[in-house]
Amino acid sequence: MLQRTASKKRRAYGVIMKTVMIAATSITCALVLFLIGYVLIRGLPNISWKLLSTAPSYLNDSIGILPDLMNTLYLVIATLIFVLPIGVGAAIYLNEYCKSRRIVAAIEFASETLSGIPSIIYGLVGMLFFCQFCGLQTSLLAGALTLVIMNLPTVMRTTQESLKTVPDSFREGAFGLGAGKWRVIRTVVLPNSVDGIITGCILSIGRILGESAALLFTAGFAHNLNGFFEGLTRSGASLTVALYVYAKEQGEFEVAFAIAAILMIFTLLINAAAAGVGSLFNRRRSR
Amino acid sequence: MKRLTGKKQRLEDVIHGVFLLLGLVTIGFVLLISVYLIISGIPAIREIGLIDFLFGTRWESTAAEPAYGILPFILTSVYGTAGAILIGVPIGFFTAVYLAKVAPKRIKKAVSGAVSLLAGIPSVVYGLVGMLVLVPAIRNIFNVPDGASLLAAIVVLSVMILPSIIKVSLTALEAVPKEYEDASLALGATPIETYFRVSVPAAKSGIAASIVLGVGRAIGEAMAVMMVSGNVANMPSLFQSVRFLTTAVAGEMSYAAEGLQRQALFSIALVLFLFIMLINAALNFILKRKKEG
Repeated sequence: MLQRTASKKRRAYGVIMKTVMIAATSITCALVLFLIGYVLIRGLPNISWKLLSTAPSYLNDSIGILPDLMNTLYLVIATLIFVLPIGVGAAIYLNEYCKSRRIVAAIEFASETLSGIPSIIYGLVGMLFFCQFCGLQTSLLAGALTLVIMNLPTVMRTTQESLKTVPDSFREGAFGLGAGKWRVIRTVVLPNSVDGIITGCILSIGRILGESAALLFTAGFAHNLNGFFEGLTRSGASLTVALYVYAKEQGEFEVAFAIAAILMIFTLLINAAAAGVGSLFNRRRSR
Repeated sequence: MKRLTGKKQRLEDVIHGVFLLLGLVTIGFVLLISVYLIISGIPAIREIGLIDFLFGTRWESTAAEPAYGILPFILTSVYGTAGAILIGVPIGFFTAVYLAKVAPKRIKKAVSGAVSLLAGIPSVVYGLVGMLVLVPAIRNIFNVPDGASLLAAIVVLSVMILPSIIKVSLTALEAVPKEYEDASLALGATPIETYFRVSVPAAKSGIAASIVLGVGRAIGEAMAVMMVSGNVANMPSLFQSVRFLTTAVAGEMSYAAEGLQRQALFSIALVLFLFIMLINAALNFILKRKKEG
């Protein structure tokens, strides 16, 4: 008798826990589906060729997001140009050169600290250091440099992870043939860790596309259409900042949702790309 | 021959030096950020007084007789984060257990993909949806004059921290040695009992780390919160418009006049930075103990 009530209790526990787990998972999935669906349904109808291909004009009283698209592209390019060499170099130093455990620990601690700092603080320090101290003013370049600091840990971590998977026998073989350290790194180690570098790139692009708080005070709000080099020295809004301004300050929700839909599509693409690169290289490696 | 190897050696040394510099850049950035925040944050605190600054309940930076008390912001950030944890952690935790232990492979893959997507959605998009869906919903359901409130911010934050909680907990749960679970099953425990009474306790430091990570995310979020919380410097209350530490900085920076008002914003950022450092320290402590334990 006692046993039966106990087992009843246990069965109830199992059923309850399982229900709770499935409910939680359903909530998570429903949230994702709702967010994507809502943004796309409200945003896609507002995307028009005119919106994508013009700059905002007070004369015609029309809004276009071409400058914001271009600014975002410039930000991505400029940030990657700086962050890739630094991040990959730092990862190579940690994995290939550094012999002191203390230095490794210090650099890794610094990188963890960087990845925990909120973007608004990056924005503030970027404004103080790049815009004011370095005299870059509010410009895309200042924004890009701020993003470099933010994305450094990402690039470093992914590169380091794939450097670790390059077997030591590869290095030893090359050393045995008489190659110097730099040559081994250049011709053997780096080509075998391209996947980590590409993953770092993709993740960084995702973060740059989605970043807004760090750009508000470093890259500014302007909507002017410029070329790449001219654009870097001028203030310019990224897509996210433009979304914020249109939604919060101007109440142009149609435009805001159109931008949100574009950002959502980018997010989907980047997630798919990251997953694709991961499985592609995994397959090749296990072969 | 000897000269050549000497030259080669020099080249190697130069390259070593370059990589060393690149490695140290990270440390340089951390120092740069810390030093800048401290230098620009201290003057206003000195002028206002530490106690008045931290525990003053009035923030009227643009009034004729300005008051710079940031207790409302600190409390709002703390309450908002606590609320987000209260809602987000249970959902994230149970989802993680389900994905790690129960879910069929295909469901696991699909849901993990969805969760990564959640992590990739820009915070302004969360803010926009919150502004147009959540805020009106709160206004209608609870019959309050304005839905832009602490509650709206809590809901948005709890969704935004889900990915960190699910991913980190999932990794920790998956790392639990299979032998533990086998032993428990062999002793007659049901699978569900095994997951919650063996696997979860074995993964507890990873789960704790995921919660701390979520706290860091929630306390540092600015844009989404700015769009749904109303940005009035009230003491926190669930249905009132509030201002967080992050939004206090972001909201006033664009128009703050040079001088004490602007410097006070830097001081707020310094307080926020100290909070984050504290959270980082907690995270390191948990992870370190895990490594040793």
